[in-house]
Amino acid sequence: MGTQAERPWGLRESYLFDRTVIAEIHRAAREGIYDVRGFGAKRRLPHFDDLLFLGASISRYPLEGYRERCATDVVLGTRFARKPLELKIPVTISGMSFGALSAPAKEALGRGASEVGTSTTTGDGGMTEEERRHSKTLVYQLLPSRYGMNPDDLRRADAIEVVVGQGAKPGGGGMLLGHKISDRVAEMRDLPKGIDQRSASRHPDWTGPDDLEIKIHELREITDWEKPIFVKIGATRTYYDVQLAVKAGADVIVVDGMQGGTAATQDVFIEHVGIPTLPATRIAADTLQELGMHRKVQLVVSGGIRSGADVAKALALGADACSIGTAALIAMGDNSPEYEEAYRKIGSSAGFYDDYQAGRDPVGISTQDDELAARFDPVLGGRKIANFLRVLTLETQTLARACGKSHVHNLEPEDLVALTVEAAAMARVPLAGTDWIPGKDDSS
Amino acid sequence: MAVDTTETTEVEVFDLETTSVRELNQRLHDLATGAPGPRRYRILNPSGAHALACGLDVEIEVEIEGHVGYYCAGMNKRATVRVHGNASTGVAENLMSGRVIVEGNASQSAGATGRGGLLVVRGDASSRCGISMKGIDIVVGGSVGHMSAFMAQTGCLVVCGDAGEALGDSLYEARLYVSGSVASLGADCVEKDLREEHVTQLASLLDAAAIDADPREFRRYGSARELYNFKIDNAGAY
Repeated sequence: MGTQAERPWGLRESYLFDRTVIAEIHRAAREGIYDVRGFGAKRRLPHFDDLLFLGASISRYPLEGYRERCATDVVLGTRFARKPLELKIPVTISGMSFGALSAPAKEALGRGASEVGTSTTTGDGGMTEEERRHSKTLVYQLLPSRYGMNPDDLRRADAIEVVVGQGAKPGGGGMLLGHKISDRVAEMRDLPKGIDQRSASRHPDWTGPDDLEIKIHELREITDWEKPIFVKIGATRTYYDVQLAVKAGADVIVVDGMQGGTAATQDVFIEHVGIPTLPATRIAADTLQELGMHRKVQLVVSGGIRSGADVAKALALGADACSIGTAALIAMGDNSPEYEEAYRKIGSSAGFYDDYQAGRDPVGISTQDDELAARFDPVLGGRKIANFLRVLTLETQTLARACGKSHVHNLEPEDLVALTVEAAAMARVPLAGTDWIPGKDDSS
Repeated sequence: MAVDTTETTEVEVFDLETTSVRELNQRLHDLATGAPGPRRYRILNPSGAHALACGLDVEIEVEIEGHVGYYCAGMNKRATVRVHGNASTGVAENLMSGRVIVEGNASQSAGATGRGGLLVVRGDASSRCGISMKGIDIVVGGSVGHMSAFMAQTGCLVVCGDAGEALGDSLYEARLYVSGSVASLGADCVEKDLREEHVTQLASLLDAAAIDADPREFRRYGSARELYNFKIDNAGAY
């Protein structure tokens, strides 16, 4: 009965009440509380897959693959910081907390990012020694919870990211359920062990853009204006948020689309709040252009970045870099068929596993169980991350060369067309084979 | 980091009419990395400037002669900072250790997320005093506004006057002591017995704050710990 082919003819599944919906209604009726899970949005959304590159031909010259240089370096934080981040590739590792992830997994992210010359990011649990030691370039998040926040870590970070929101839950705070609050996590967060921890959704000491400007000023003063200050926003009212982040003095703006992952959030939040990464990228880039700040305030885009194609398209729409989270976990082995038997034992299956909140991850990534975490080899994990980042970079270069670009930042919207009307409207590029950009006023 | 500050009565004076905040903070930060300097510093004409004397990491005494803006003495370690005036939002935010004394009133989020040390506000503190506190002790000579000690994790908030609405909402393990009235308690915050150990702790905190009050006239509030784990029966409180 599993697949269409196995089902008897004549049985028709409801579109509205399909088996997933029925299972959720049964679960809600049984448990009486909303579904909390990890991963990101699983619904079909307009994405970079809906865009195509126009490779060079007679009117454009391509670069020779593997021979002509296509640079990938990116500098983040050139606006005010004395020490901007100099990265070798335009892909970074996004913020994921120790607590949500095991210590070996955090170490692996640092190892992999460092091997290829890019940055990794702390999360809603403070900075661990493992990740600092293994991350050549580490971005330190300042979140509403302020767990573990201290001036020493601010100073030994390479950049500071003020997290206003994240794509999986714009307007919501972090969540870490009790079975992941181990002794170490509890100590780092100054919380009792075993509680269901819910982080605040608003910062405790600032409430609006004017306050944020002063907060950023304080962070600069504490760190003697050395560190780049990132401002991370979940994609919603992106036009206004980017304007306000620029006004507040951000060096770098991180826009996280609704496909962005999470370790634990209500399903209703993940699937129904925010806008996709595709329109958010174009809105953010256009807003910076409008302000005359494009490339002066760098734009990092995250939320569903899986391949060099995604990276290249985001860069073409105006991003300076992309950031990966879910894809990084998968690269380290998350949802691998290799663990199918173990996934089955906990009621899931490879390719479907999203119970990061439960802490029973058989791969040892999203857990605080010592035995499970010990299964994960941080050296091997780091190598996989490095390999994956290299592939993303090579793919991005391949597409950029095909469009005749000597630097991946030279990709531009003019290199793109859209496969769907929706994507054309959101990315503000023509529908393939036409010169029509839905929503663009061409009457003047 | 230890610093060899000169043990003399010498006072280094900064006049913020002629010295920038950046110059001031850099000078004070340099002490933590070995720059020589006296133990006492005096800041004139603060005029509500933001981020004054923040990020200090040295045993010095800083006297600020006037009103200060946001985040005065933020994230400080070991220093003593005294404000002879009022303090705006987030005074002593994320304080790590040392002392911050506000002789006047403090605006909202005083001592927010503080992880150690002592904040004394001799006047009143506005809303969200001690929000998300994580080990700091806060003594307020007057009253505090609404939502004070919201999500407070550890440490003590002592209020010699009254507390506004929703005191201690979603409280964790912080201890709240209030001498006057409490407009209302927040979710999961309850009154608890004031035992001898608490009287002793209160007396110590009041003494450290140089505030004359009878510790036995306070009432203690803390977490009922009913919301520590999700229960559908508590849905109305979430």
